[in-house]
Amino acid sequence: MLAKRIIPCLDVKDGQTVKGVNFENLRHAGDPVELGRMYSEKGADELVFLDITASHEGRKTFTTMVERVASTLSIPFTVGGGINELRDVDRLLSAGADKVSVNSAALRRPQLIDEITGRYGSQVCVVAIDARQEADEEWQCYVNGGRIPFGKSLLDWAREAADRGAGEILFTSMNHDGVKTGFANEALSLLASHLTIPVIASGGAGTKEHFRDAFTQGHADAALAASVFHFGEIDICDLKHYLSTEGVNVRL
Amino acid sequence: MHEQTIKKKPIVAVAVVKYNAGNVYSVLHALHRLGVNPVLTDDAATLRGADRVIFPGQGEARNAMAYLRDHQLDSLIRSLQQPVLGVCIGQQLMCRHSEEGDVDCLGIFDAEVRRFMPQEHSQKVPHMGWNTLSECRGPLFEGLGEEEFVYFVHSYYVPLCTDTIATSDYIHPFSAAIHRDNFYATQFHPEKSGSVGERIIKNFLERT
Repeated sequence: MLAKRIIPCLDVKDGQTVKGVNFENLRHAGDPVELGRMYSEKGADELVFLDITASHEGRKTFTTMVERVASTLSIPFTVGGGINELRDVDRLLSAGADKVSVNSAALRRPQLIDEITGRYGSQVCVVAIDARQEADEEWQCYVNGGRIPFGKSLLDWAREAADRGAGEILFTSMNHDGVKTGFANEALSLLASHLTIPVIASGGAGTKEHFRDAFTQGHADAALAASVFHFGEIDICDLKHYLSTEGVNVRL
Repeated sequence: MHEQTIKKKPIVAVAVVKYNAGNVYSVLHALHRLGVNPVLTDDAATLRGADRVIFPGQGEARNAMAYLRDHQLDSLIRSLQQPVLGVCIGQQLMCRHSEEGDVDCLGIFDAEVRRFMPQEHSQKVPHMGWNTLSECRGPLFEGLGEEEFVYFVHSYYVPLCTDTIATSDYIHPFSAAIHRDNFYATQFHPEKSGSVGERIIKNFLERT
């Protein structure tokens, strides 16, 4: 049976991993390649590396890091951050990444999804969506690291992305991100019921139970987290054994 | 460094088929980690002269077959005598025909590649992620336990057939690996399947 996936996410700036709480107040958490290898050995099913550097120099550093990750790790990994055009995708896949994650640039120019999947296939294209549940209970998409509302609803955009060939949706709830009170299970469940591609839950992991709920209530195919792993609050190996005893099929 | 702990002597010359189907870097990296220095090539003499040939890839069957025919790689791959390992689309291209693009393939395996048809909403296509192997037999799986997890990404599959040497189950059972004569092929990506995948590649290099 296909296993539910546990995915640590590493935000990378100038060659170092960082993780924001509610996208701000970045803290250091080590060398991304070393951290990635440790997670792989502990049973992480995939890894995500997000480039949060803005500069051209930073981009080159990140590409070098992607090459190091590819030569070191024997599990799949996704890279994202600052992917604006097909040329960025070419560069990162050539460096050895298995998948790319596109976010703001795809919202601004949805054709980018068609271009990526047309050249490399759906399986390489993860569409990351940062969304916030507003006062009227509607989920709205945000761009620029969650700073600017885009004016499109989560479900509409997720469906369009899937129709354009996206291989997976990585949904981050801005309401839940960094506050460790659990994933946005209702919204996840809504996405799962409307999409025929896998959904990765992101934002809100604080306890092992939260992961279980993302799978059993949110019907997510994978769950992504950062700080609970980076700061040792949850051990991936323990987490997967816990999920297994709770009836969630995971790779042990 | 990790490489030092698993360093192996380069016991064989390994050629990886260079063509237009996707990401071959992960296969090259996996071989490097095993201490092998592979050559990525579409040169007939180099491919014929290698001890082992790996035919990897991700991509679309019709385009891939057109490229192989244009570069006379179709007849070359069919005629190889040394152990050959097809991976993912490589496996599918080694079959008789694929529903993907309704295209005739290499015909090394007498199998028809089919598209997964979901029976219920929760069954998503592509089949993406870690799934277990069952009924494994032959040298590729020596030293591995029952129900090992390996990494799959695919929308098309090879049905169970007489050449099946490992099965997996998604929507229904299908061939996770097939073997005939000197040709081996896996639907999953051993190069992305952690230590289990590493062992399968090592077995291919040392035990076939």
